[in-house]
Amino acid sequence: MADLITTTVGSGVPPGCHLETKSEQFPDGCGFPAPGVDIFQFEPIVSFHLFGIDFNIGKPILIVFICSVLMLLFFFFAFAKPKLVPTKIQSLGELAYTFIRDQISRETIGKAGDKFIPFLFTLFFFVFFMNVMGIIPFAQFPPSALFVYPVMLAMMVWVTYMYIGMKKQGPVKFFTNMMFPPGVPKGVLGILAPIEFLSNILVRPFTLAVRLMANMFAGHLLLTVFIVASVYLMSFTAVGIIGSTASFVMTVIMTAFEFMIEALQAYIFTLLTASYIAGSLVNEH
Amino acid sequence: MLSLIAEVSGNLGAVGYGLAAIGPGIGIGLIFGNGVQAIARQPEAYGVIRQNMFIGFALAEALALLGFVAPFVFS
Repeated sequence: MADLITTTVGSGVPPGCHLETKSEQFPDGCGFPAPGVDIFQFEPIVSFHLFGIDFNIGKPILIVFICSVLMLLFFFFAFAKPKLVPTKIQSLGELAYTFIRDQISRETIGKAGDKFIPFLFTLFFFVFFMNVMGIIPFAQFPPSALFVYPVMLAMMVWVTYMYIGMKKQGPVKFFTNMMFPPGVPKGVLGILAPIEFLSNILVRPFTLAVRLMANMFAGHLLLTVFIVASVYLMSFTAVGIIGSTASFVMTVIMTAFEFMIEALQAYIFTLLTASYIAGSLVNEH
Repeated sequence: MLSLIAEVSGNLGAVGYGLAAIGPGIGIGLIFGNGVQAIARQPEAYGVIRQNMFIGFALAEALALLGFVAPFVFS
């Protein structure tokens, strides 16, 4: 049991440490080993030196690789050879595509957004696959809980909507349109212009990345707390049976809840991307 | 001389998160409450309302998430 806890949490629990032995054998240092930030740090599986850069391939990178491969395979089997009567996987892909097109792209951007659907579609699925790895057995870690991956995606989105805005409205007009919206009194502009500028240039990509990362971070931490608690409390005492069972039930409920959150976050990420693109496309804004 | 009348003990990060969650909690409640009301009044505008609801929700939620992340960043 103690081994199990040690392997689950990492360290901190003396061997033979249970709830009922707490006061007698282990007067201190036998408390609940609450998981912290250390569960987001992984030892590298493969380390090598190439072109002057140190590569440390850990579990998160491996999971991202697997996500990419799975996504490629899914897209290939869904869309490579379309049939008139769709196969199972093709109809799944088409369902997802119509969802992105009708619920996200056409709702926010309109018909003009049809050429951005591939970008949104890929973004949605990449985020979704990365998120959902948090509850897939053996992977059980959402790479999007590490700040790099959301930051890279948010930077991609940032470059996209900035480029589109500058191309569509002109490099200077884009910023003036952004900072001085029409129909605003002159006096307010002094406050509004810097706020609009900051919110469009800095806050948007930052919150886009932080939202995804923090949601996955919190979800993974929450799941780990309940999983560790259900192992930690496991013993043949009243507290052990009730506490462990309750924690395990909570683990199952939280896993389902996590799945909902993961899908929702992928949806929100794509929806916000679409609305930022829409904001760059609109001329009169 | 200042005498100590009240003290907060325990994890300050948790207290900070609790404080940071108040505003977004109220905000998200308002957003979804009014969103559902709007959908009930005008079901044909469901798509537009839901989309704006989620954008507002995402903005309000960002504050709570920052409150959640900040203790880890500054620890």
